[in-house]
Amino acid sequence: MIRPRKWLPMPLLSVLLLVVWLLLMNSVALGHWLLGGVLAIVIPVITEPFWEAQPRVKKPFLLVRYFFRVLLDIIIANLEASKVILDPRGRARPAFVEYPLELQENFTITMLASTITLTPGTVSAHLRMDGKTLLIHALDVGDIDDMIRHIHERYERPLKEIFEC
Amino acid sequence: MIALYTVMEGVIAFFLIAGSIFALIGSLGLTRMKDFYMRLHGPSKISTLGVGCILLASIAYFSLLDAGPSLQELLITIFLFITAPVSAHMLSKSALHQKLARDPRTRGNPQELQEDEEHSIEEAPQGDSKLP
Repeated sequence: MIRPRKWLPMPLLSVLLLVVWLLLMNSVALGHWLLGGVLAIVIPVITEPFWEAQPRVKKPFLLVRYFFRVLLDIIIANLEASKVILDPRGRARPAFVEYPLELQENFTITMLASTITLTPGTVSAHLRMDGKTLLIHALDVGDIDDMIRHIHERYERPLKEIFEC
Repeated sequence: MIALYTVMEGVIAFFLIAGSIFALIGSLGLTRMKDFYMRLHGPSKISTLGVGCILLASIAYFSLLDAGPSLQELLITIFLFITAPVSAHMLSKSALHQKLARDPRTRGNPQELQEDEEHSIEEAPQGDSKLP
């Protein structure tokens, strides 16, 4: 018998479960609040032993800013990728780039890799076993060092501030 | 009231068309790009926004029709934004593992794609591994 130490081991997960439940039901009736609330408490308690320790969000405001920045970059990414695809002369300048990671936690590295895939011209292709190098494939890149600096300034440093600092 | 419906109709139509165009371009990318790694860019990015636009239109349409916010589509969007990068990552990982050929213009020579001398010697006794 697993004895939960706390009623709400992962408050963020509980909130997320409740929101997802209400969205799935597409209703805010009292019954759905109750059922969703029960699920939001029971599921984290049962699954707690399986979870790795999650990094804490230290600066929620920066996370919100990061979210909107990525959203904007996704739109730009789409326009740029469309341009490369539709270019009749097919003048892409693809490259493999080895990106040196500063982040250490698995979760933050995952977030960075996903962000890189969703933003202009880059897909994260491979994470080396040592967890220190991320291999990125870029669709159309001029200066490789410039790109690395750009990713570092725009995405990695905010993530580091939000989760790890 | 009529003006609101007309405006919303325009907005919905705009999102539908924009989404379709993005989805079309993403699919075009599959045929026009030269190697596997470049083809990966189309579906992982552009179709995400394409589907996102269509879902926005769907949210607007059903919110208007049912006279109440209909936010279920947000869930699809969130799941899509979480899963698209992961699947793209796994695809390119397996492509690297199989050392798929890349476009000759590609710069950078990652160790994953280099022909590993020691490795091939180790594998040689196990059979004819010289695939065309």
